[in-house]
Amino acid sequence: MRLYSNKQRVTNMDKLIIAGKEFSSRLFLGTGKFGSNKLMHEAIVVSGSEMVTVALKRLNINEENDDLLAGILGPSITLLPNTSGVRTAKEAVFAAKLAREALETNWLKLEIHPDPRYLLPDPIETLKAAEELVKEGFIVLPYINADPVLCKRLEEVGTAAVMPLGSPIGSNKGLQTKAMLEIIIAQSNIPVIIDAGIGAPSHATEAMEMGADAVLVNTAIAVAGNPIQMAEAFKLALIAGRMAYLSGLGKQTLKAVASSPLTAFLTE
Amino acid sequence: MDSFENIFNDYTWEEISDNIYSKTAFDVEKALINQGKNTLEDFAALLSPAAAPFLEELAAQSHEITQKRFGHTVQMYIPMYLSNECQNICTYCGFSLDNKILRTTLTDKQILDEVAAIKQYGYDHILLVSGEAHKTVGTDYFVNAIRLIKPYFSNISMEVQPLAQEEYEILASEGVYSVLVYQETYRKENYKEYHPKGKKSNFLYRLDTPERLGRAEIHKIGLGVLLGLEDWRVDSWFCALHLDYLRRKYWKTKYSISFPRLRPAVGLPAPDSHITDKELVQLICAYRLFDENIELSLSTRESAKFRDNVISLGITSISAGSKTDPGGYASDEHALEQFEIDDSRTPFEVADAIRNKGYEPVWKDWEMLKK
Repeated sequence: MRLYSNKQRVTNMDKLIIAGKEFSSRLFLGTGKFGSNKLMHEAIVVSGSEMVTVALKRLNINEENDDLLAGILGPSITLLPNTSGVRTAKEAVFAAKLAREALETNWLKLEIHPDPRYLLPDPIETLKAAEELVKEGFIVLPYINADPVLCKRLEEVGTAAVMPLGSPIGSNKGLQTKAMLEIIIAQSNIPVIIDAGIGAPSHATEAMEMGADAVLVNTAIAVAGNPIQMAEAFKLALIAGRMAYLSGLGKQTLKAVASSPLTAFLTE
Repeated sequence: MDSFENIFNDYTWEEISDNIYSKTAFDVEKALINQGKNTLEDFAALLSPAAAPFLEELAAQSHEITQKRFGHTVQMYIPMYLSNECQNICTYCGFSLDNKILRTTLTDKQILDEVAAIKQYGYDHILLVSGEAHKTVGTDYFVNAIRLIKPYFSNISMEVQPLAQEEYEILASEGVYSVLVYQETYRKENYKEYHPKGKKSNFLYRLDTPERLGRAEIHKIGLGVLLGLEDWRVDSWFCALHLDYLRRKYWKTKYSISFPRLRPAVGLPAPDSHITDKELVQLICAYRLFDENIELSLSTRESAKFRDNVISLGITSISAGSKTDPGGYASDEHALEQFEIDDSRTPFEVADAIRNKGYEPVWKDWEMLKK
């Protein structure tokens, strides 16, 4: 069952703009963990995603035809190389320059996780690297913990967006950092992309309803029983969430509100 | 400074053995509920004979956790033997000093010939292996070999004799990503029986090696025990104790576990196999439940059938097409192997088998920032 064809646009969706570039889809995809490059490619196409991240370390940057890269590139795809694997700001800057040279893009997902187990980002090294990379002309999208102050600091040094995590990467636990994400979204002047922990389409919808600008999904799609159908499910979930946000959600309340207020007589 | 030796000395082999063999079905069920958050007590239960009837449940959990963390991918690497010179006597090893085999250490030309042969298969991650002959095959030799090899590979690992922290620092700065050093057995009282002569007979120096690697900030440390020497259950528990100590202290380091099962080698009596296929699956799955993030590696010592089936049960990294003699890829004369391999398929055949299982063989997953 397909509710929308791949090309059909939902007309009352607004566009996402990052660093002056327009995106029709608010779903960003990661490229790890897929059972084959072909499967990944099909998932990307069906998802309608226009921003796809890939780890520099996975690419054969000296080869003309890299299988993985060939599975990602498409006319409407912005390639977002990431620095996964680096442990310090210094290594990140080095890797970023390597990526820029090899892939001819100044877009960069900055990831510095010295902890290889939970892949939690290092806030100090990330801020340091972001500042330097912005000066070097990169469009920096940093992956960080859901820390509102850090997000403002990154905005101040000139990152194009912030990418706070919903819960630990690959955990599929959803928006465990919700209270912090609400603050980040409320006070940010740059797009907020919820990066890690999105495990189900409902989590993505929730992020959109909260007013997040985009979400990045990888494990939930790559490891699904049917990755292609799951990619489509996420596409629809994002559209639903964004539409709901734009429509103005009703406030949640614990008490029942009488449709004829008890004190209405006072103004009669 | 605290060290693993202090922690290790708090336990006796007999006490741990008694603990493992007294575990009941109840303990196993409790460990299975703790999915992915296993303690060392849980690990003891999952290793125990009491867990054997739960193998299918154990495998199902291990499969699920592995897939979530590593996806449908398998990392590919290939060993390259630099030398079979060795000053140690190890009762189980083909390279043992008292084993009358021809000794070879690769020259620069031979190294490059091996590289050319290996690159035909598409490998990008390489594991350098040697015996222990400090005078001829020491840090200077390794640095030279690494510099020769570096232009052709993104990821270099080493499985060589234990070295000093300063030597590991040199190797790390040359681009070495990981170092594997197996304790062989944690049964200190019997260690010397298997390693009667040479530097390797020093149990505590070997025990302290991962610590030196941690301090040298090597990216990944490989641990393991030789399956077939002592009781694999007790040895594996001590290995997990070691891992638990290291992963808390050196939190920036990745860890991997290998499962070397004793294989026949030229000039040595056939080993008693102390661990069955079923038990090895139990061990692999127990490690996965103990540590969601650890890399689990399996070599060509194991059969094609076994390897094809355990990639979906927890193994995340395998070698293929391996030769265990120095010069074995470029030359047809094979008289000096460390051990016989079982899975003799080519890397292409193994990669096809992986794809047929719905997994993607990953040849490159690292970028050396200082070539």
